[in-house]
Amino acid sequence: MEMPQPNPAILAKRERVMTRLASVVAKDALITDEAERRAYECDALTAYRCLPMAVVLPASTQEVADIMRICHEEGVPVVPRGAGTSLAGGSLPSEDAVILGVARLREVLEVSYADRYIRVQSGITNLAVTGAVEHDGFFYAPDPSSQLACAIAGNIAMNSGGAHCLKYGVTTNNLLGVTLVQMDGSVIELGGAHLDAAGYDLLGVICGSEGQLGIVTEATLRILPKPEGARPVLMAFDSNEVAGACVSDIIKAGVLPVAIEFMDRPCIRACEDFAHAGYPDCEALLIVEVEGSDAEIDEQLGLITQIARRHNPIELRESQSEEESKKIWLGRKSAFGAMGSINDYMCLDGTIPVSSLPFVLRRIGEMSKEFGLDVANVFHAGDGNMHPLILFDANKPGDLERCEAFGAEILKLCVEAGGCLTGEHGVGIEKRDLMSVQFTPEDLEAQMRVKDVFDPKWLLNPAKVFPLNASAARRAA
Amino acid sequence: MNPTSEDELSDILRAASVPVVVRGGGTRMIGKPGPGEVLSTAGLSGVTLYEPGALTLVARAGTPLLEVEDALAKEGQRLPFEPVDMRALLGREGVPSVGGMVAANASGPRRVQAGACRDSLIGVRFVDGAGTVIKNGGRVMKNVTGYDLVKLMAGSWGTLGVLSECSFKLLPVPEAEATLLSAEMTPEAAVEVMSRALGTPFEVNGAARSIDGRVALRIEGFAEQIRYRRAALMEALGGEWELLERDASRELWREIRDVTAFAGREGDVWRVSVRPSDAPALVARADCPVQMDWGGGLLWLLCEEGRDLRGDLGALNGHATLIRGAEATRARLPAFQPEPAPVAAIAAGLRRQFDPRGVLNAGMMG
Repeated sequence: MEMPQPNPAILAKRERVMTRLASVVAKDALITDEAERRAYECDALTAYRCLPMAVVLPASTQEVADIMRICHEEGVPVVPRGAGTSLAGGSLPSEDAVILGVARLREVLEVSYADRYIRVQSGITNLAVTGAVEHDGFFYAPDPSSQLACAIAGNIAMNSGGAHCLKYGVTTNNLLGVTLVQMDGSVIELGGAHLDAAGYDLLGVICGSEGQLGIVTEATLRILPKPEGARPVLMAFDSNEVAGACVSDIIKAGVLPVAIEFMDRPCIRACEDFAHAGYPDCEALLIVEVEGSDAEIDEQLGLITQIARRHNPIELRESQSEEESKKIWLGRKSAFGAMGSINDYMCLDGTIPVSSLPFVLRRIGEMSKEFGLDVANVFHAGDGNMHPLILFDANKPGDLERCEAFGAEILKLCVEAGGCLTGEHGVGIEKRDLMSVQFTPEDLEAQMRVKDVFDPKWLLNPAKVFPLNASAARRAA
Repeated sequence: MNPTSEDELSDILRAASVPVVVRGGGTRMIGKPGPGEVLSTAGLSGVTLYEPGALTLVARAGTPLLEVEDALAKEGQRLPFEPVDMRALLGREGVPSVGGMVAANASGPRRVQAGACRDSLIGVRFVDGAGTVIKNGGRVMKNVTGYDLVKLMAGSWGTLGVLSECSFKLLPVPEAEATLLSAEMTPEAAVEVMSRALGTPFEVNGAARSIDGRVALRIEGFAEQIRYRRAALMEALGGEWELLERDASRELWREIRDVTAFAGREGDVWRVSVRPSDAPALVARADCPVQMDWGGGLLWLLCEEGRDLRGDLGALNGHATLIRGAEATRARLPAFQPEPAPVAAIAAGLRRQFDPRGVLNAGMMG
């Protein structure tokens, strides 16, 4: 992966920049020591690393503003960082950049059940938001699988999803307002606790802009009353096509499950070996979960299993207890761990129209043979968001490159099928150079024109999202 | 000007040297009439893709909304956000279009649970003020590839580009609906009970107080489910409730959605978006007929012509839009809430980027 050369002029004034930054934050909030900086050299895309010039961990919006103003005046790039769980390299630093981490901004500022919102500092973890309101029967809906560790700041930057977004939407559908620090240090409020923000939907533009337009220090999030209960059903089929058709029929029938998860044979086998969830031996497995009171769940699951029976399932396993529900989810939830225990893997995140599912899975199978690398598929079938896991051996010369080439082909296939490169992980550096597969130069230019408005000097997370050659002139200016 | 293809639309805008007035069905026009010839999108019509099994529909911007709704109804699906039809309120004829609905980010009572138009909009194609054709988003409901200009286009009232095609995420039409209707309540009591209802797990997707002070709460789902939920909801809330079902329920929510209470009545109409718990005090300050929706988060107010209601309400955690105003009111007051200077600067910067010559609905949003 190519990264731009560090700017020698910036490296040359490192000392002065450090002195200025030290004057606006607490002593321990500016990290310059090489060993300590090492912890910030990558995010969850660990194949790519680079030591940043410095790391700064501000404790207030005012400190963030001061840091940004100084970096803006000095022309130093800033790479924002939430909890560093990005799978796309969204917070990969460059040698001439300062990492601005929001890890010390973790307060819950306000909760209103009457108006159903919570206001938090952006460094708080996703799960801690739900943790702050669940004892009163509420929750925060977007639930990325890294929710124990990932920060709301990163969720907003990447517009994170999760397993339950078929019903509840993704981050952008649950975000009401932000405090945003712009690159020049000015602080603005967008939205608030009311449902629709005024003027242009800048909140919608900020969400998913991968930390390139500003740094969110506070966020107002919608909270929802917890459902009375939830229960899954597990269905096993002897082909991906049949399972795909079943998903489509469930959706057409007017049931809106809270989650529909799909696993193919390689994934089922790996999960079974790892977690012993008792999954049947089959080609494709669906886990469908619905919510409500016991009677409501019975009614919906009745309808779903009736549809499934028309597709001749090998097995239908309706959970009868809390324990059985846990067991059904156990395998799915350990899918990534299971893969990690046997192999190095690369996790993709393309989305396809649900109708193209059988075709895309078949093509991936064929390509797997061509590239000589195994693939396991696990994904959110209700919304078409796939997570193919390509297995490789990082110690084997050439394997990583082969894996990346294979991954790129799968993502191109997603776009050809009418889908997109990334459904919830973001572009970062990982898919940056594939953007021209999905977008025309004019489409990309339109997006870059938005960054020109928010960050005319292109200092904020500059070498991400857009193909390097497309953004080169702007970054150099 | 009436282009029949995206290419023609692009040619027209590339050649435009003076402002144009962008028009879908012409049924949602608010603000001061801008200068210029009308550019209609009516010629860009037709549903281009509908996959019921994927809950997605793509339509050209000029497609009559009714055509889309009919196609969806045949498959038992709908647009989740219940778009308001402004014709009666604004006293206009015409055919609401898909593009106009998106440009206005038009949502209705269900917004409180199912989100606004912008939340169901998953892709757009549009032509900017320089004539460049741009696409963003797509036809899949989970997509974080690049910046979300789809949201930017929703509610931009044709000032950043002329929409040529829009994609939506759909929902199934539930089997049954029921509405609980209260006796007259004060705004305070109404907001309190609506907040409690929206805080239950029964997925209340309409919570409004009509101008006569009665609170309506709607639930939708399978028939059995609705029988259970309406009883559970009544028990949770206490008090006396009248039950409306089927057509009676649908008709009530159509009236609330379209604010028919103020149709044909003299006076200016304002739409105010606030935090529900702030609503009672604002209603008292406004001291005029009000319809509350979104659990108190959306106020429709009818006041005497020419009154600066926005000024009278004072500092607001939210915003006020002049939806229908007498000529004198519109000449004096902007339709949209003026923004703080740094936010207004961003908005102006975006307009310069997407409409460098200022030809699209000039002056409409600042």
